[in-house]
Amino acid sequence: MPTQDLTDIRTFLTEKVIKNYSGIFDKPTTDRLAVIRHEKVSRPVIYIGTGTCGVISGALSTLERVQKYVSENNLKADIIEVGCNGFCSAEPLLDVQLPGKTRLCFRNVTEDRAEDVLNSVFHHTLQNDLTLGQYKQPGLEEWPNVPMLEQIPWFNLQTRHILKNAGIISPVSIEEYIAGGGYKSLYKTVLNYPADKICEIIEQSELKGRAGGGFPTGRKWKIALDTAGDQKYMICNADESDPGAFMDRAIIESDPHRIIEGLSIAAYAIGASQAIIFVRSDYENSLNILETAIRQAKEYGLLGEDIFGSGFNLSISVRQGAGAFVCGEETALISSLEGQRGLPRSKPPYPAEKGIWGHPTVINNVETLANIPGILENGPAWFKAMGTKSSKGTKLFSLAGKAVNTGFIEVPMGITFSSIINNIAGGVKDGKALKAVQLGGPSGVCIPPADLDTPLDFEALSGIGAKLGSGGLIILDEKTCMVNLAKYFIDFLQNESCGKCIPCREGTKKMLDILEGITRRPKEETTHETLERFKGVVQLESLANVICDTSLCGLGQNAPNPVLSSLKWFREEFEEHIFDRRCAAGVCHDLRTFYIDVEHCNGCNICQKKCPENAIVGSPKMPHFIIESKCTGCGICFDVCKFSAIYFK
Amino acid sequence: MDQIFEKYSLKKPENLIPILQEIQEKKGYLTDEIIEKVSVHLGIPTNRIYGVATFYDQFRFRRKGQYHIQVCRGTSCYLCSSSSYLKEIEKLLKVQAGSVTKDKKFSLETVNCMGGCSQSPVIRINSTYYHHLSVADLSRIIRTLREKSE
Repeated sequence: MPTQDLTDIRTFLTEKVIKNYSGIFDKPTTDRLAVIRHEKVSRPVIYIGTGTCGVISGALSTLERVQKYVSENNLKADIIEVGCNGFCSAEPLLDVQLPGKTRLCFRNVTEDRAEDVLNSVFHHTLQNDLTLGQYKQPGLEEWPNVPMLEQIPWFNLQTRHILKNAGIISPVSIEEYIAGGGYKSLYKTVLNYPADKICEIIEQSELKGRAGGGFPTGRKWKIALDTAGDQKYMICNADESDPGAFMDRAIIESDPHRIIEGLSIAAYAIGASQAIIFVRSDYENSLNILETAIRQAKEYGLLGEDIFGSGFNLSISVRQGAGAFVCGEETALISSLEGQRGLPRSKPPYPAEKGIWGHPTVINNVETLANIPGILENGPAWFKAMGTKSSKGTKLFSLAGKAVNTGFIEVPMGITFSSIINNIAGGVKDGKALKAVQLGGPSGVCIPPADLDTPLDFEALSGIGAKLGSGGLIILDEKTCMVNLAKYFIDFLQNESCGKCIPCREGTKKMLDILEGITRRPKEETTHETLERFKGVVQLESLANVICDTSLCGLGQNAPNPVLSSLKWFREEFEEHIFDRRCAAGVCHDLRTFYIDVEHCNGCNICQKKCPENAIVGSPKMPHFIIESKCTGCGICFDVCKFSAIYFK
Repeated sequence: MDQIFEKYSLKKPENLIPILQEIQEKKGYLTDEIIEKVSVHLGIPTNRIYGVATFYDQFRFRRKGQYHIQVCRGTSCYLCSSSSYLKEIEKLLKVQAGSVTKDKKFSLETVNCMGGCSQSPVIRINSTYYHHLSVADLSRIIRTLREKSE
């Protein structure tokens, strides 16, 4: 915050705001808060999204270019790095706010476009192709012919409470968070309520754990609170190791103080004075941001000893996960924190009774904790009003895969997957047809288009045999082979299986063998292998069920899901692979047989030269052909042919 | 390393992973001597430390190349054909994933997910990210890095 003196702001916030959180602020205070929130600016402010998604898209180069622009033109402007507003495929996102006017948001502002975009704002000649929209800011002059950001398809179906600040405020500015009402819920909690009342409020709100299990959060807290223990631990699980999900990373990078506040309230509710945030080591940016945020909260006295003079003490430490998928499981995470291999333990005893070093421990994931400040602020009835009968509130999803728009979203429970895909994600990329939606990470399921009108709800989903999972939503187009995808997931899970229990360790290996068998090149198969392949296929389903029933932890119990769900909904595709030895999508390379279309081949010779097996014959300027018995199906000819004369069956 | 030991002066087993992480951060990889020193410091047998260090993906026992290339093979990147990128890089560097080139300039590995699923396919070289590259871009980047290191 370069324009305003930080010490000055700090004194103001500590004296006027934090100490007076229960009362009503006078006009000068509310005005000053609006200035700290950048709702009113006295000089232009340029915001650049430098979350990981922005950085991948080149936001750092854009930032440099913008800094150069500002200094070259002698502009008196502030540049603020923010997280991401969720629309990751539009990154690098650049917002500009001029005094008296509403804040504008621009999409895909790469380094080379930065100057044009800034010129267009400062000269009031907006380019429509890069303008995403303007923020709704009553009292400020609106830009003509620019849509409201909340009305564009990406945002209009979303209900943003957890993501309220995402991409808008600086993640490393506790001042902006406090100015927006941050830490008010913590204030209310520690000064007004006893711990059991907080558990009750959360239980009344019917908030369920967002990591996939769906256990009522309030009840979990109550168990830990009621368990006697001189030391209790509150852990935030930010070891988001589901490939394809990145919401936790996004919240941390965009609004870290919301998590710290949620975690502090949770710690108070269970009577813990120690909290740990367990973050994936690959998320370097998140780690740095969290460390900064914790330091700032300590400086403001919001962490440490005697918080708000209530006598409540809390210290939060950050621990890096060392990279093991199984550590998403509560007991494995505890083993890892204790300095051991991340092996799960049998439950009961549940961690809430006997967790880390034998002490009562509650583990909640980032999204669950991010919900807490809102519930305390607005009351459990407010939270319960959102969603369906069995699932309340909102849910975050990360949209990835073959969608037109990708990123992370917050939608109310009860919305259908089809409206997420058609409206928010904008459909399937390149005009292809939708084949399925993969929900819930590697041990999730693939839902076919026919079932996409199912509402987003814990009960409705289990009705069709699916689980909500953590919230990774991957869109698959017609060019996806379900057998290959199932093989990919099983390969991943087999690699990540910790090896403690036999069904998971050996079972996933066996399943992988079977899937590899049915995608292997038929010509390379000996009689014995053919027999094995058939035997495997017959046993695949029953093997999967045995693994589900007998594994120790969630990883093993859910590991066969991708196979079982694909078998349920895409059985014909498996049969095509097994009986016809054909992969319609052309993804299973070993099952492809290539042919040359004589109509299109002009004998350019390229494929013949490139073929590593010398399987293509023909004289120059004459159509070539492929000797089937020599062809290994590598597909090089297909890739090099400029005349689309090579096709496969 | 003494500084790290000083920071984690208590002989608590839970300090094992943070100690290994910080040593690796400084040195780039773990060696047998390091494991022995950690074992003496924490009073944990080396076999247990090896057990922990080999369990987690983060720890490596081999030096990284000057340029460390990470290819994401998360679900989204996989669907957006990250494996063809991997093949291309393997071809360009003439090494398999998980190894280092003979001149120690490049090392190549696959990672489970970098959290950049909305930008897939994603590749990271040291701390720089790349996404949506073409085969030509890839070979150009590797050529430039190779020239730069000479």
